[in-house]
Amino acid sequence: MTADVSLQKLCKTFDKFRALKEISLEIDAGEFIVLLGPSGCGKSTLLSIIGGFLDATSGKVLVDGKDMTSVPPASRPTTTMFQDYALFPHMTLRDNVGFGLRMRGMGRKDRALKADQFLDMVGMMSSAARKPHELSGGQRQRVALARALAVGPDILLLDEPLGALDMKLRREMQDELKAIQREVGTTFIHVTHDQEEAMAIADRIVVMNGGVIEDCGPPSDIYMRPRSLFSANFMGEVNFIPASVTGEEGQLIVVDTEFGAFSLSTSCFTAGTPSPGQALTLCLRPEQLRPTADKRTSNLLCRAEVVDGVFFGTHFRCHLQPLNASSDTFVAHMSQSSTVSPGDSVDILFDTADIIALPSQKQEQTHAH
Amino acid sequence: MIAHRMTALLSWTYLLILFGFILLPVAVLVLFSFQDGTLPIPPFNGFTFRWYAEVFADDKLMAALRNSLTVAICSSLIACLLGFFAAYGLSRYRLPGSALQRILLMAPMTVSYLIIALGLLVVFNWIGIRLSLWTVGVGHVIINLPLCFAIIYASMGDHQKNTERAARDLGANGFQVMFLITAPMLLPSILAAFFLSLTFSWDEFIISFLLSRFDVTLPVEIWSLLRSGLNPKTNAIGSLVFLLSVALLIMLEMFVFRRRSKP
Repeated sequence: MTADVSLQKLCKTFDKFRALKEISLEIDAGEFIVLLGPSGCGKSTLLSIIGGFLDATSGKVLVDGKDMTSVPPASRPTTTMFQDYALFPHMTLRDNVGFGLRMRGMGRKDRALKADQFLDMVGMMSSAARKPHELSGGQRQRVALARALAVGPDILLLDEPLGALDMKLRREMQDELKAIQREVGTTFIHVTHDQEEAMAIADRIVVMNGGVIEDCGPPSDIYMRPRSLFSANFMGEVNFIPASVTGEEGQLIVVDTEFGAFSLSTSCFTAGTPSPGQALTLCLRPEQLRPTADKRTSNLLCRAEVVDGVFFGTHFRCHLQPLNASSDTFVAHMSQSSTVSPGDSVDILFDTADIIALPSQKQEQTHAH
Repeated sequence: MIAHRMTALLSWTYLLILFGFILLPVAVLVLFSFQDGTLPIPPFNGFTFRWYAEVFADDKLMAALRNSLTVAICSSLIACLLGFFAAYGLSRYRLPGSALQRILLMAPMTVSYLIIALGLLVVFNWIGIRLSLWTVGVGHVIINLPLCFAIIYASMGDHQKNTERAARDLGANGFQVMFLITAPMLLPSILAAFFLSLTFSWDEFIISFLLSRFDVTLPVEIWSLLRSGLNPKTNAIGSLVFLLSVALLIMLEMFVFRRRSKP
């Protein structure tokens, strides 16, 4: 009912377009993996290759240690939940869910029983005799999930299954997906371009861009300690500050910016220790910038003028223009109770430990997308 | 206001004339099938069911009617099946010269029935197959296959492709996908193709005439009746043919177009 997956140097080329470039990834049994990236990053292609709908140009897919290269989709221990659900319109929900079992030669009574069990799990038992066109999007989605799980796959592949749902329903379904995944223990590989969805459900997020894996790790790591500028940018709002390495100071590395020099611990360098003189980009999340000093935010970045502020419920989102600097405006999240108004001057404070310093050369590539 | 009324009046008049032009001959045919007299020409002398009784008592006509139905149903079934296979293959697989294959499949549509019938006559003679209802059936499959193919092929889209993928993913093999998923999803267009073929085969004369010998279909039988002169009996059988065609059209409307309008 569950298995590990090993992707080994997978490449996929369409005519001249390289959709995947040497993708290698180890997925544990029972893990909830989210492949996250913008459209065209290769995440759906990767899923199709795991499901057997596409052949990789080179490289291997191993499931439970067995090579899947020449195994057709029907014989793989995987099932797929499609974005448009792909329910069989002429069959009742019970027959839809039981279809995979029917193909495996299970008798009518047994499969109806088992189909009902899975419909019950997704809360659709009362509609078992209905047909798909009578259902709402969210309900179809549940049936598609039940159908894919009914055959007891080791791995469930989910191709942007929540893409067509409205926001509220999507958040609801995320929780449900996560709960069901825990219940059945099947390995879930889920594709999405919504980073909030990824953070809400993933054990581990794999950030993809341009056919390569940019970053891979638990949601908190990907958000707090991204290993690439693309990943930092894609996971949420971030302020970039150009910097360069000027020297070392014991265990600390000194970087120079427009706003002065800062000493950073080596743990800030998630993409590896930089060489002297190397161009860097410092990343700070909006919530890591504060207008007032507290225990953590003790370093002064610069003094800035408030351009505008919008109340977001949980925070004030402000644009701040640094004074006496050519830098772009910063985005900062200030506390709900802060009383800043446009035109005010405030100090921007931060904690050097929050900084993530990444090599700059990739930045152009990032902006291209 | 007056101009508007005039336009409305004109378009209604036009509509009435148009339908009159199309339907009047049929109406006259049906009316004079009830003629109480031996000539189906005005004046109308009064109602009688005598000619219908004669039609049903005529063994040759009844045999021809059965033949026609058999040929129509069998040839339409075969044309639909072959058309479905061709459409499925051409839309789901990358085949060599698929554009050319499509053109070849549709080609019989552009050729006159007479040419097709003559061609088949020559071929059957050449390979020594004797003319019978079977040869008529072959002819009807040939003329209806392009129609079935075109209708079914047009309704195969990418949406079904994903559903077929899902079925394959759940363990269905090629035939199971085709018959358990694709065919039921395309049922409206398959039915449309079937009923249209049925009406075409039912009415068809030239091929049936040239490719049949002792057992003939209804249009051929009616033709030989006509050779012996006008008779309300021909009107009666003509009315029956018309009635069946109308019935087929209504079935098409009920089973196919009504289903389609559902969400």
